[in-house]
Amino acid sequence: MGYTLNFNLIWRHFDKLWGGLLLSLELAVISIAIGILIGLLLAVWYVSAGRAVRTVIAAYVEFIRNVPLILLVYLVFYGLPTVVDIAYSAQTSFIATLSLYSGAYLVEVFRSGLEAVPRGQLDAGKAIGLTPWQRLVHVRLPTMLRITLPALSNTFLSLFKDTSVASVISVPELTYGAQWINFNTFRIVEVYLVVTAMYLLTGYALLFALRLVERRFRAAH
Amino acid sequence: MLGQIAYALPFLAQGFAVTLWVSLLVVVLSLVAGVMMGVGLVYGPAPLRWAVRIFSDTIRGIPILVLIFFVYYGLPAVGLHLESFWAAVLALTLFKTAQVIEYLRGAVGSIPKGQSEAAMAIGLTFRQRLAYVIFPQAFRRFLPPWINGVTDAVKGSALVSLLGITDLMHAINQVIGRTYEAMPLYILGAVIYFAVNYALSLASRRLERRFSFIRE
Repeated sequence: MGYTLNFNLIWRHFDKLWGGLLLSLELAVISIAIGILIGLLLAVWYVSAGRAVRTVIAAYVEFIRNVPLILLVYLVFYGLPTVVDIAYSAQTSFIATLSLYSGAYLVEVFRSGLEAVPRGQLDAGKAIGLTPWQRLVHVRLPTMLRITLPALSNTFLSLFKDTSVASVISVPELTYGAQWINFNTFRIVEVYLVVTAMYLLTGYALLFALRLVERRFRAAH
Repeated sequence: MLGQIAYALPFLAQGFAVTLWVSLLVVVLSLVAGVMMGVGLVYGPAPLRWAVRIFSDTIRGIPILVLIFFVYYGLPAVGLHLESFWAAVLALTLFKTAQVIEYLRGAVGSIPKGQSEAAMAIGLTFRQRLAYVIFPQAFRRFLPPWINGVTDAVKGSALVSLLGITDLMHAINQVIGRTYEAMPLYILGAVIYFAVNYALSLASRRLERRFSFIRE
């Protein structure tokens, strides 16, 4: 056990970790925003579409959900530019990957949410003369959002953790910061203790805040 | 191009075998550890319950990647030298164990309290209550999410490539390093992972349907 903890070097390089944490959060927020958009559009399309569209959407969902995230990250960053003539930074590439990834999970969340909206509500909407579009926007979506809010929070939290995979294409988020300090100072145990604490504190603070939002939303209706 | 990939296939197959081996070890070890700790969480004395709760909430609160690096780089510093393969298996097992604990807690928690009380009333010991009353009923709730979670183990195993272990993911990257055929090989890799995991999730859905009715 010839190892004494020494956190001095960690604090000296703490800006790497702090900046990394902020970037992790940024990546998660942008990705879930785009993911929600993808998820909503595809879910609404799915429940009203014919068989062909359903098959295509289901194929997208199943493909993403059954392949490791790290492989998708490599595929988009290293693979895609070899066949399509596009250039993007590692960060943009990761956001694109994580958005498609979260989109696939959210299609499922929203689809089951839409199907859970009670039939009577839609009939009531029809009875008071709402158009199909009004029924979707004023009846179906608000009810669906309330049902799916807890699942949304959970997806956001797991996306926040998934941002650590961005370190494999050198996006300087929190895990990358940890590795940088690890390789440059060799204060291995210290840096991972600090980073673990940072992930935990941020994650549980987010969870707490999201649960408050959920409760408010439920009380308001 | 196709020739090069065909040439690389045996190498990829070796990597795939490592992926399956890692996944299998993780699934089996975490099942044993998770069920034991889960029982501790539900039935144990308060200090044990707190210990398991803290373990589970901590592990589930950090990214698997951080856990893998922590175990791999951190253990030698405290005098434990594990080969990279076993460090990776240990880290993934810790992660999966936390999941199994929660599946077990959910499954056992869904059994009405009266079942336990009735078993106690007819004089069954704790072990008998678990073996003959609680577990047979909790099993149907435990199985579908657990099998679904096996896909997480297979997907998570791709992260061991970062410790230089030649699993399927690492084998693909090595072949790409030599042939520069990035896209076809990543797609091939995706198809292989997909085939394994999709089969598993189909199985879990089928089991879920089979066990979805509850005899009250």
